[in-house]
Order: sequence, then structure tokens, then C-alpha cells
Amino acid sequence: MQINGAQMVIEALIAEGVDTVFGYPGGAIMNVYDEIYKQDNFKHILTRHEQAAVHAAEGYSKASGKVGVAMITSGPGFTNAVTGLADAYMDSIPLVVISGQVPMSLIGTDAFQEIDAVGISRSCTKHNYLVTDAKDLSRVLKEAFFIARTGRPGPVHVDIPKDVTAQMGEFDYSIEVDLETYKPNTVGNPRQIRKAMEAIASSKRPLFYLGGGIINSNAAYEVRELVKTTGIPAVETFMARGTLSHDDELLISMLGMHGSYAANMAMSETDMVIALGARFDDRVTGKLSEFAKNATVIHVDIDPASISKLVNADFPIVGDIKNVVTEMLSLASQIDSEKYESWRETINNFDELHPLTFHEDSERLKPQWVIKRVGELLGDSANISTDVGQHQMWAAQFYPFSRPRQFISSGGLGTMGFGFPAAMGVKAASPQKTSINITGDGSILMNIQELMTAVEQKLPVINIILNNNYLGMVRQWQSLFYGKRHSQTDLSVQPDFTMLSQSFGGLGYRVTTKEEFDAALKDAVEKNIVALIEVMVERHENVMPMVPSGGSLFNMMLLEKKKEKK
Amino acid sequence: MSDNARRVISVIVINEASVLSRITDLFSGRGYNITSLTVAPIPESRYSRLTIVTAGSVRVIEQITKQLHKLIPVLKVYEHCDLVEKEMALVKFPITENLSDISTLCGAYNGKIVDVSESVIIVMVADEPKRVDNFLSVVKKFHPKEIVRSGAVALER
Repeated sequence: MQINGAQMVIEALIAEGVDTVFGYPGGAIMNVYDEIYKQDNFKHILTRHEQAAVHAAEGYSKASGKVGVAMITSGPGFTNAVTGLADAYMDSIPLVVISGQVPMSLIGTDAFQEIDAVGISRSCTKHNYLVTDAKDLSRVLKEAFFIARTGRPGPVHVDIPKDVTAQMGEFDYSIEVDLETYKPNTVGNPRQIRKAMEAIASSKRPLFYLGGGIINSNAAYEVRELVKTTGIPAVETFMARGTLSHDDELLISMLGMHGSYAANMAMSETDMVIALGARFDDRVTGKLSEFAKNATVIHVDIDPASISKLVNADFPIVGDIKNVVTEMLSLASQIDSEKYESWRETINNFDELHPLTFHEDSERLKPQWVIKRVGELLGDSANISTDVGQHQMWAAQFYPFSRPRQFISSGGLGTMGFGFPAAMGVKAASPQKTSINITGDGSILMNIQELMTAVEQKLPVINIILNNNYLGMVRQWQSLFYGKRHSQTDLSVQPDFTMLSQSFGGLGYRVTTKEEFDAALKDAVEKNIVALIEVMVERHENVMPMVPSGGSLFNMMLLEKKKEKK
Repeated sequence: MSDNARRVISVIVINEASVLSRITDLFSGRGYNITSLTVAPIPESRYSRLTIVTAGSVRVIEQITKQLHKLIPVLKVYEHCDLVEKEMALVKFPITENLSDISTLCGAYNGKIVDVSESVIIVMVADEPKRVDNFLSVVKKFHPKEIVRSGAVALER
């Protein structure tokens, strides 16, 4: 049967089992939106900005483990979506983003709303396509989903000219994806794994360095088992939060620029780094030449290009974490957990010396307290998204994460404005959990228009704004490294967030005390409507510990000891 | 290997739209340099072969190879060690120069005079890139008007 290109897009999405599409219509994609109108196989969520559509698809994907789908029009629709593509690319999030393009006959003529979309997305997607004939659509869309979710996941962009969506053709989605040039290696070399396990068994101070690849590979529970069986302590990257439960005795904490003292010291003292799906990012390693200086390195990753990119791996293992960790588990009996008792002791001493904590203040709420409190009140029942800045680091440091896919944040690209739309996508994917967005007074305004989407689509995201009237993280750097010259970071002029939310039909709260905060959060959870909870917090609080940019991991600025008040 | 040694990489790619941009974007985006790049379809296949001359440390070259491999339309990447390498050059001389000397030199570099008009001659040579360098410096005294080099092509022995 002959159908048109737009119908093929719909059929492909149905065949892929897509239940939610985030998007925004416009001229070049109208044929597809016409078909969306006629169907009820999947839900379309109209965001109020294309960037938010892609972030929502990311949040949806991160919470569900499925491929996220966003749809946008040509020109400005597409350029607005680029930040989302770049964000998904940096954090290896599987997406298929479909954009309209001007008709083939107009391509290259500077037509209305024309931009070289595939030219722009090339450097921020895993792969992209410009579809020039409807007969290619089924193959391209099938490949797009396949490429997005396999290997190291990532966003795939499909650009479809308007006349192609009108063109009639045969649609056959039963074709097998056969890409001779793309065959990711998922099974780690067994001999290499065996050698690695022997090396671990003979090490004295081994350390698991857990990365976001574990979450992507759905391997967190296998990793928990491996950590438990071997008795080897573990540090998590920002992207790996929730891999181990917060109450796991072998979990030290997050490492890196704002990692805990114990985590960073453990990494500096270890003689055996076991990197699982982590990529030795500069925010993790600090000064490379001093990073885990005396350690042998085992590096497991599905992406060969991540191995030995920054730190030379003595045991490179290319494969899917789940497969490799399962293989490692079968060989774990040779590792004597008791042997590491004194190493665990050493790490505990580090933690007792400088625990990850903060000083309470009787006058003003501390931002860290707010995070901890959300954890106490909601714990496992909430998914936590964040924006980017100080609040993001405090969330990663202080929230008691108990499961993978609970923490959704923009790690690699560090995109302010990510949190709110992402939390909507999280809610769409995981409606039974409370969707919290921890945000700041800077970040929240970067996608505030999504209040409308959340109200209309009944996506009751609770935005907790840690308001310090500053662009806090930049302010912190200015205070520490730029002679306290707070250039363009003072956000004293602000909207009335309560009225702002209410004007969209959402809930608004402004709180200054612990009691008010508890009451506001409880009320927002009960009422189940999108909310802004503006929490007035200490203005000058810094995120500590901190490894200054380019410094060695063991040279941390630490929380100052509390002054005794008389 | 020195920190910035010259390396030749061959890449087999699907011959499709924008594949060359994917390769060159990767080089510019990651700050690698390209000394020369040649590309042509492989006969009777859907693939093309690129020969890229680049420079970098062992680690950089390893990264380039891996990153090239990550591109979806890339089938194979060869980082050559033992290879036969050739490059062609076309040079235009005024007809008033000493044609027999030029012709003799061309002969020594697998070349000849390929075109003659009223005012200029065009010669071609085909040899290892280093020898082409050498030829071009020797013939300076004949006042070449234009020089075109093809970039290197290479085959593993």
C-alpha cells in the first residue's frame, strides 16, 4: 500500500513503540503534524520552546531507558533544538530528533526558514540524515533508532524536506538494519577480563570508579553485586549517582571537582583503578599528571575512543558494561574481600577527618539543608532533576539516591534550563514518582515558559528554586579566583516567583524557614500541580570541597571549621 | 616516534552525501591538522578511499584513528607503517625556459611534458611526496608560473 512520507514517520514511531513525542509544529513539518492529529497511538506533548522539547525527550529517555523522540520544524525550530542535541550528545542519551526542512526544490536558495540543519547537527549528534526520497524513510528511521540506542548511545537527527513528507511510496518497516560499517563490540575480551581480575586480586588498594555508562547499560544491579562480592570501595561520577545506594557501606561518595574529601583522596591513593563506563572527564580528574598517579588502570567502556584518551589504560576492555561486569562477577571468587580491610579503614578515616557536610545557620536556610530535607521527606519516591550550578552540585552531594535513573542532570554540556523540561519528560516516563527539579534563580528563568506546558499537560513538576540572588557558581569562582569582582552575577532584581507560577495556573510558594519549606513541599505533593517553591537561602554559601580548575585532586579547598559562637 | 611525526591514514567510507564533511569536521572539531587529503571512489563498490596525511603524537594519532572509526559511514581505518606512497604534481613553465633541462629533470621523477601551448608548457611528475618536494625546489630556477599538487595516495605493502 502506498502512503505518504508523513504517514511513514507516524508508522515508524508506532512500530518503535514510541508512546510520547515532544515537539513544536511549524511550516516545514506541517504534513507530519497533520498525521499526528489523525492518530491516537502516541501522545504529543507541545512544549513552549523547541529547546525544551529536546530536553523533555532527554528526561523521558533517562528516566525510562527508552529512546526519546522530539519533533521540530526547520530554521529557527531546528536551531533552538541544537542545545538539546548537544546536551544529549555529551551525556550519551539516545534520542531521535525529527526536523522539517524546506522542500528539496528550495534547498540552497536561502528559502524562508531554511538552514543547513544536518551541517549544524553533524558535530553534535551521533549521526544524522537528510532524507531526499520517501522511499528511504523507513530504512533511515529504523537505522536512526538503532544507532541511537546501540553502542555508546546518542542523539540521531533526521531532517526531512516538506515535499518528501508529501511524497507517496511503499513503507516496509520489517527490513533488518544491516550496517556494514557500524557494528559496536558489546562482549569484552574474556582473556583480557581474566587478566584484569587477576590484577585486581593482587592489588592492595583497589577502587571502583563508576561512571554514567553503567546507567546507560542498565548494569547498576550487577555492579552492586560486584562491589559487594569483592568488598572493594567505590566512587561515583556525577553521571553515575544512584548506581550504588546512598546507604551502601562501600560507596564513598562522588569524586571530582566537588567530590568528597574521602572520594578524592581514595582516588589519589589507590593502586588499582577499575573504571566502569567512566571517561576521565576533566571535572573528575583535575590535573591529569597527578591523577591516580600510582595506579594500574582497568578501563571498561563500550566506546573504544574513550579508552586511553586521557589516562592510559593498562587493561583496556571494550564492551557493554553489563556483559563485562557479569563476566567479572563469575571470576570474583579469587578476590579476597578481607584483604582490603585496612584500605577500607584508611578511607573511613579520610571521611571522618573531612566528612561531606555543611554548617547550619540559625538565621537563614542553607541550600544543602533543603536538598537533605527533600531526601528525608521524599527519598526513593522522587526522581530528582536539576539545572546547572551550585544547586546541581549540592543535589549530587547531599541527596540520598537509592536507584539508577533517579538522578537526571546535564553533566557534560552543563546546560542551564535543562532541569524543568527534563523533569517534565521524567514525569511523563515515570508518573508514579514525584518529579522534582532542583534549580537556581538563574537557571529556572532559562526555560520558565514550560510552566505552560506543565499546566496544560498535567505534568506536576515541583521546582525547588534555591534562591541566593546570584548566579551562584560563577559568583563562587569570582569570589575565590577573581578578587571578589562579581561581574554580572548579582541577580537581585527578580520576578515574584509565586505570582509568576500562579499566572500560569501553577502553585507558588516563597519560604524562608524550615517549617515553611516542609509545609510548601507537602502541599505541592498533595495538590499534584506544577509548582515553584522559592527557597530563600544563604547568599554566600560556597560548594565545598572544591578542587580548583586544573589543580590536583588531592589539593582540595575544604569547608572551614565552624566558628564557636559565644 | 617524535611528538609531531608525519603519518598517513587511509579511510574506507561509504560513498554518500556529506561523508567528506563528517571526516573534515572531525579533524577541525577536535583540533587535528590535515596536511593533505585525497578521495576517490573505489571501483565497483559503494565505498570511497581517502588518504589523509596528518601529524601528531602516538596518542593523538590513536585518537584520530578511533574517532574516525566511530563515524557511522566509516568501514575501515588503516594507520600505515609500511607503505608505498605517491603524489603527483603539475607545473607550468614559460616556454622560454630551457625545455630540455626541464624535460630531463621530469624524467628523473617519473614525469614528462604533458601539454604545450604558445607561451607555456605543463609538466607532470609522480613520485614519493618527499621527492616531489625535491623536484619543486630544483625547478625553481626555471621560474614555474603555477604548481598544483595532488596530495598523497598510499597503499600498504
